[in-house]
Amino acid sequence: MITRDDVLLVAHWARMELSEEEVEVLTADLNGMLQLAAELHSIDTEGVPPTMYGVNQHNVFRDDQVADSLPQEMALANAPDPKDGYFRVPKIMD
Amino acid sequence: MSQKYETVIGLEVHAELRTDSKLFCGCSTKFGADPNGQTCPVCLGMPGALPVLNKKAVDYAIEAGLALNCEIQEYSKFDRKHYFYPDLPKAYQCSQFDFPLCKNGKVTIHVNGVTKDIGINRIHLEEEAGKSVHSGDNILGSDYSLEDFNRGGIPLIEIVSEPDMRSPEEAYAYLTTLKSILQYTGVSDCKMEEGSLRCDANISLRPVGSTEFGTKVELKNLNSFRAVQKALEYEQQRQARLLDKGEPIIQETRHWDETTGKTHSMRTKEQADDYRYFPDPDLVPLIVSPEWIEEVRARLPELPPAKFERFVREYGLPEYDANLIIATKAQADFFEATVALYNDPKTVSNWMMGELTRLLKTSGQEIEDCKVTPELLAKLLTLVDNGTISGTAAKSVLEEVFATGKDPELIVQEKGLAQISDTAELEKIVAAVIAANPASVEDYRNGKDKALGFLVGQVMKETKGRANPKLVNELLRKQLS
Repeated sequence: MITRDDVLLVAHWARMELSEEEVEVLTADLNGMLQLAAELHSIDTEGVPPTMYGVNQHNVFRDDQVADSLPQEMALANAPDPKDGYFRVPKIMD
Repeated sequence: MSQKYETVIGLEVHAELRTDSKLFCGCSTKFGADPNGQTCPVCLGMPGALPVLNKKAVDYAIEAGLALNCEIQEYSKFDRKHYFYPDLPKAYQCSQFDFPLCKNGKVTIHVNGVTKDIGINRIHLEEEAGKSVHSGDNILGSDYSLEDFNRGGIPLIEIVSEPDMRSPEEAYAYLTTLKSILQYTGVSDCKMEEGSLRCDANISLRPVGSTEFGTKVELKNLNSFRAVQKALEYEQQRQARLLDKGEPIIQETRHWDETTGKTHSMRTKEQADDYRYFPDPDLVPLIVSPEWIEEVRARLPELPPAKFERFVREYGLPEYDANLIIATKAQADFFEATVALYNDPKTVSNWMMGELTRLLKTSGQEIEDCKVTPELLAKLLTLVDNGTISGTAAKSVLEEVFATGKDPELIVQEKGLAQISDTAELEKIVAAVIAANPASVEDYRNGKDKALGFLVGQVMKETKGRANPKLVNELLRKQLS
């Protein structure tokens, strides 16, 4: 059972600000999802290995070869407040 | 340290792998580039970018695992570890959570004549974070920070030990042994000053005899192995004092301050486990076949423990010497190459540990970069052996070889350092020294053997160290009797 507090905690982790209405809707939605998961749990999966991926692939590699990077000004193009080639960020700790 | 408590230490070591490109993209890993000059949509965490695993990084991680006696796992996978920090552009780090690549290893350490195995719980692959430059002296006093993501995405292995260490000294021994093994394999540069090797320490105390762990404290900002040891020593005392007073230990991260020699609290871990790991859907599982493992195993060099035993057995070196000589692969290779040309291992070891090490330390050079080669050292030792130069003269010749890389024979000729073994010439000098030092002669005749040493020294001084000391001794005794 997902509570209102669970929703607020997850919202905090995701740095999302939710309105009172959204908290209510999401609590109900998430509980619905849990119910669906509970139904899936009732299926007998004896002998079936756990699935952790949606695609049935493994070992996709690249060789250790250096490729072109972005020029510095391109890398910083989206930075709101660059300084001397760096991304400038606000005070980290109070 | 009081005998009431037992110290329990576990270490987490991060080592950057020596690949040319990053773990999930083709950006260069070279140190010292312009800030943010080695980044791309993948390592900057742009939406829609697709990471692809660098095979070489997996090779290196397997190699490290084998060198540290781990079981390489057939199945492993990559997970997202979520936290907010400015040096982490995606707000998650690609790491390995419940299926790491390597498990159950060990490192054997020697402390004060005692041999002990320190377990390795796991080694996993993950990506490096970016580098923060703070505007003030430290993070707390800074109005803003600057982020450079060149380092972000460089492959790391995290080596997690078991809580098997019982003293700061054991922790130090574990780290030096671990570093030496990693350097031998060549999977990492292990340069603490460039940050390619880092260590966090967990320490707790418990009453002697107890089997339950006490509350642990994590130590950060440990910039050298000595700092690890010193911070652990400090923390051990701090926790013992608290326990003595009946005060609780708070589970927290503490920051080591090298200048004050103290640790201080950084922040309290409110929720230990809120990283919300889940399999990274952009990456696929990693399956390592037995053939792959054997292929890597075949490439492993002879590792320090095996080399140590062989140096003692094959060359008859004392354990103390063997331990120092094998500290780096370059040094061990230098030793073997020299012994191949001058077959007196103990003499080679003496010169390497003595004069050569002194010269290297003074100049801050590494043995592999200096001008003294195994060929030149072997030549020099041969000159001492066949009586051409004295041991004293050899020291100054080595200095010259070290500075110039010149052939020792040439230096001996140029500087006229060849030993005087000409009896007639030496007899004259000996007579002059006897005449000039009547007091010492008197002392010697009165049974003070020390006086002879002084007279020998005077002859050596007269000849600028070139006299054959054995011959001088003989001649002095003869003339004084």
